[in-house]
Amino acid sequence: MRGYSFSTVFGRALRGHRRWPPAWRSGEPGRSYDVVVVGGGGHGLATAYYLAKQHGITNVAVLEKGWLGGGNTGRNTQVTRSNYFWPQSAAFFERSLELYEGLSRELNFNVMLSQRGILTLAHSHHEMEALRRWTNAIRINGIDSDVLTPAEIGKLVPLLNLDARFPVHGGFIQRRGGISRHDAVAWGYARAAGTLGVTLVEQCEVTGFEIDHGRVTGVSTNRGSIAADRVCLCVAGHTSVLAAKAGFRVPITSMALQAMVSEPLKPCLDTVVLSPVIHMYVSQSDRGELVIGGGADAYNSYAQRGGVPLLEENLAALIELFPAFSRLKLMRQWAGIVDITPDTTPIMGPTPVGNLYVSGGWGTGGYKAIPAGGETMAHTIAHDAPHPLIADFGLDRFETGALIDEGAASGVSH
Amino acid sequence: MLTIPCPFCGDRDEAEFRYGGEAQQEVPPSGASDGAWSDYLFHRDNPKGLMHERWCHSYGCNQWFQVVRDTVTHRVHAVYQVGQPAPIADEIDVGDVDGVAAKSRG
Repeated sequence: MRGYSFSTVFGRALRGHRRWPPAWRSGEPGRSYDVVVVGGGGHGLATAYYLAKQHGITNVAVLEKGWLGGGNTGRNTQVTRSNYFWPQSAAFFERSLELYEGLSRELNFNVMLSQRGILTLAHSHHEMEALRRWTNAIRINGIDSDVLTPAEIGKLVPLLNLDARFPVHGGFIQRRGGISRHDAVAWGYARAAGTLGVTLVEQCEVTGFEIDHGRVTGVSTNRGSIAADRVCLCVAGHTSVLAAKAGFRVPITSMALQAMVSEPLKPCLDTVVLSPVIHMYVSQSDRGELVIGGGADAYNSYAQRGGVPLLEENLAALIELFPAFSRLKLMRQWAGIVDITPDTTPIMGPTPVGNLYVSGGWGTGGYKAIPAGGETMAHTIAHDAPHPLIADFGLDRFETGALIDEGAASGVSH
Repeated sequence: MLTIPCPFCGDRDEAEFRYGGEAQQEVPPSGASDGAWSDYLFHRDNPKGLMHERWCHSYGCNQWFQVVRDTVTHRVHAVYQVGQPAPIADEIDVGDVDGVAAKSRG
């Protein structure tokens, strides 16, 4: 497949942008594969890409029940950062941010990474203390972060009301954090994986597993049975549903995480602003819309729509901090089903079923982990042993008690 | 927005309640294995469809009770008190939208 470049775009423009070839091709499912990846979101596509690219395993199929990137990958708020507390999380998410920094070149697809900084606010003296501790932990992990005074924050974000009902006592910023284009990440990985020989199958739902003597040998789908030497689940909020079909339980709760966008505005906010305590974060997309999010709804849900009480809470916090936004209209509101673990750290690695791997438990923060998630899962599948970066993320930690209680995982407590 | 029928106070808005997660988690006996404790503390069925769950009417009578709710439609199908036997899934009329047992505005 021909790569994108200035000359191809310029040439196509001269011909009126007619007859662009498709970025990737949706394939038909074959009879057997070395690896079947269940779920065609960012993590599934990235896993397939790195299997082909770094391990030479190209007889791979990605099975997606809907369309590629149509689940949480297309529903998240695009935040990319690595400001985590615990060393294991920091090393993993920093690797992900590093990969994001080179991703457009790697995939020959512009993922529009904008490292505009992510600013976390504190609204009381005690919160500021906790935030300083968090900042120090991040710096000890070798990741950039700076404490800011209210005056510095006021200069950085002039529209922010520092003397609101929840006054701004300070904050910290990871300047390398920011946003990128979520659809482009899915499309870029799909295109690059497809070019390397991975089969991408849409409208193909896995309905069960073929298991022989405790090892998975294939999957049954709405489009027939497919044999597979190894199977990897990358299905986010549906991890429990598929795990149940394979005969085991996971420590995951599925909840609706909602987000919304305003009508488009002229540029007014050039960083991501996050308030963990009053449950709100906001950034401005390249199209000018304010992208607003918060915590997950309080109860289990597979409904892909958010409840009104939380929407109201998010918007009340937004308007309190940014009074200038009070007259805006919302254009869209939606929700994705996120897979929350007890310690808000992902679950990656082997499962009780042989040759069946899981990459799940991403909770409210899976988007930023896509490149490293794919890279480490591909390594884990290829070598049948966890990648060193995810050695502590296995299912067994819930039995050994070695939890990684990452309160910083979501950025917003839930 | 959910309307949850508290067995003591009647229909109330979800904002008055606190969620307690899956019901019927049985505490393992002392001396149980790490696996049994892990199962009790962390692992969940997390069903897509009918789910037995706990709610507390924290801004009302402050009593805990149990609810059968559909996690896809969010419809509340049955409510019962702690200690009472759970309604059997087969006997719940999931098609009954207007009846007393179905109390959700999606």
